[in-house]
Amino acid sequence: MLSNLLDGFATALTVEHLLLAALGVLLGTAIGVLPGIGPAMAVALLLPITYSIEATGAFIMFAGIYYGGMFGGSTTSILLNTPGETAAVVTAIEGHPMAKKGRGAQALATAAIGHFVGGMVGTILLVALAPLVADFAVNIGAPDFVAVMLLAFIAVTSVLGKSRVRGFASLAIGLTIGLIGLDPVTGQQRLTFGSLHLVDGIDVVVVAVGLFAVGEALWVAANLRRTAGKPIPVGRPWLNRDDVRRSWKPWLRGPVIGFPFGAVPAGGAEIPTFLSYVTEKRLSRRKDEFGKGAIEGVAGPESTASASAAGTLTAMLTLGLPTTAVAAVMLAAFQQYGIQPGPLLFERESELVWALIASLFIGLTLLLLLNLPLAPLWARLLRIPRPYLYAGILFFASVGAYAVSSDVVDLVMLLVIGLIGLMMRRFGLPVLPAIIAVILGPSVENQLRRALQLSGGDLGGLVNTTFSVVVYCVIAAILLWPLIARLVRKFARPKVDSHAG
Amino acid sequence: MKVRGKVRSAAAVIVALLLLAGCGANAGSGDKLSGMRIMVPNSPGGGYDITARTAAKVLEESGLARNVEVFNLPGAGGTVGLGRLVGEKGNGKLLMSMGLGVVGSVFTNKSPATLQDTTPIAKLIEEPDIIAVSAKSKYKNIEQLLADWKADPAGLAVGGGSSRGGPDHLAAMLTAKGAGVQPKKVNFVSYDGGGDLLAAILGDKLAFGVSGVSEWRDQIDAGQLRVLAVTSDQRVEGIDAPTLKEAGLDVQFTNWRGIVAPPGISDSDRKKLIDTVQRMHDSKEWKQALENNGWTDAFQIGEQFGAFLKEQNEQVETVLSDLGLSSS
Repeated sequence: MLSNLLDGFATALTVEHLLLAALGVLLGTAIGVLPGIGPAMAVALLLPITYSIEATGAFIMFAGIYYGGMFGGSTTSILLNTPGETAAVVTAIEGHPMAKKGRGAQALATAAIGHFVGGMVGTILLVALAPLVADFAVNIGAPDFVAVMLLAFIAVTSVLGKSRVRGFASLAIGLTIGLIGLDPVTGQQRLTFGSLHLVDGIDVVVVAVGLFAVGEALWVAANLRRTAGKPIPVGRPWLNRDDVRRSWKPWLRGPVIGFPFGAVPAGGAEIPTFLSYVTEKRLSRRKDEFGKGAIEGVAGPESTASASAAGTLTAMLTLGLPTTAVAAVMLAAFQQYGIQPGPLLFERESELVWALIASLFIGLTLLLLLNLPLAPLWARLLRIPRPYLYAGILFFASVGAYAVSSDVVDLVMLLVIGLIGLMMRRFGLPVLPAIIAVILGPSVENQLRRALQLSGGDLGGLVNTTFSVVVYCVIAAILLWPLIARLVRKFARPKVDSHAG
Repeated sequence: MKVRGKVRSAAAVIVALLLLAGCGANAGSGDKLSGMRIMVPNSPGGGYDITARTAAKVLEESGLARNVEVFNLPGAGGTVGLGRLVGEKGNGKLLMSMGLGVVGSVFTNKSPATLQDTTPIAKLIEEPDIIAVSAKSKYKNIEQLLADWKADPAGLAVGGGSSRGGPDHLAAMLTAKGAGVQPKKVNFVSYDGGGDLLAAILGDKLAFGVSGVSEWRDQIDAGQLRVLAVTSDQRVEGIDAPTLKEAGLDVQFTNWRGIVAPPGISDSDRKKLIDTVQRMHDSKEWKQALENNGWTDAFQIGEQFGAFLKEQNEQVETVLSDLGLSSS
């Protein structure tokens, strides 16, 4: 295996391939920055152009675009509160408050390093675990997903904010937005008001950009006269020792959450990044800082997102199983080159596969080298006076929404959601639960109904796998923990009195 | 703002250079079409998208057209794009790639625009569906499977890589009908494409799956999947499985893709478009593209294709109204 990998490096380290990797990374970053144009679309649009390049070179470039796109999305997430990709939605939660406090450069740096670490660990896992992952991926089914998503919903309670009622109201808004579209089982239309444009539901990125960026821009505009516009401070450009101390554990925890999710069908990056966020919040010693710019909340999800990309590539290379849209497009690309992706790929196209894997390592390193020095430069963007800055954000968000399908309806939708965001701020509803509900709601519904379909409507079908039972036990333990802890303390106190002090 | 501007303009330059490199192959001459646009009613990377982009590339490489622009207008299973096409009445420089999936979506989404409103240009390719199980499955042949299915339709979960009204759903329902299973009783689980479905079949979550033959070639070769039957009226080369007809079912189904134009275009525009597509089909570049993508040629033009569309429309409507998915 190691010699294969070394051969891969030998192929990938030629001048031509290095250039293609660099080009891919650059293009990917640029594309990731624009909301609306995701890496999937970028690869699809570039497909016909790359015919003149041989297969290995083309895939090295595609991999660069994928990783670059995942990273580029977080830059705008942090600086402008405008996530470019679904994977970067969670990054905005802590990243943007950090930027507002003048710590944008640090947020970008910890994101860049987190991305590097997550991708590196993920790619090493790809090399080491590829055959095992293949087994794991096909054995995870709908009941297991339902269990994991229930766990995620329990975790939502920790982001509800101070007022539970407002938190749940926000959650309900998100779940309602998530209901829009076709019923996944019967094909009936829900909340579409007869418009074909709503039949596919509303894209998570549009909701996130609407609630986060447009909502906030409108809110700031509504209040600009009353609050004196003091410019956002720009602090020191580099990570200090404290930042690193708080970031390294989340960096390493990211791949543990992200990699398995990326490898299983319908896993993607949204749910693991959210789970990483709540995990970091729970484990952090400075819980009070969360929501106001805690660096752990950027480091963890970024590393997770990057590792999930590696997981996705693992499933694609070992099984021919596309678990995300990008992988599906890359699979189509394989076919264009007359290569059948699937379980025999490693044997038949050994040289290509290993060169691709080697180029992942190279691409990640290039990304880090590119983005780390750029972080302070990007952060200076926030020096722009607020009226211009927010005008820029609105412009940017609109271009992104329009770019998805060049359709005016998307712009109207973005504005309507922005107005909802403004109202939510006006009445003190937290925005985060709504976003999480838009991400989780439709997938939990889909998987729950699928699981029940598979079991013929028998509720036992939800607990018929070991994995799901384990997850339900974990959920029970989390829910009952306060109760158990109280009981333990109650019984323990009379005996060991000194312990209480 | 300055930094962002620079990065973006650099990206724009790179993209522009790449585009130039891609288009540089053809030299201008003769009566070639220019300024043509092909709309893809699906997102990039999907079946209609690859068909459209391949066709555009072949048109340019074989010197039949200049500057063919492909753009995506996804939504509602292709009916958002269809609505736009029907709205562009008389536009002789617009085409839309489409297929059986759009026929079904018109019914399931209750689209006001239908394919009957469009000007049919050509059917290009087709692909049969297969009925497959995992290598570990207890079903060794199609007869065993059909016997069990008839006995307990609700107990056997059927997976397909398309939503209701999509090709895999239609194939499963037509098979059920042919086998004497009431379509309404079929427990159809829809997956997001053949890949998502593949994992469920390999993990033995489903009794069997229905999908396009080209999606799983490698898994079939590797022995992970067993094909029990193909839905076309002839056997498929390289796949050791009978047709449904051989199994005694009066069922014949193929998924297909083609090209339509807006309604009300002039006769000369229509002739020019059909003629160009005919010449594209005859080019060696198209033959190569068919081979690379594993597509089966199913060329049919003009009125012939129109009659075929009408017939497909009626067949799909019957199946879907049986299921209560069509309003009529």
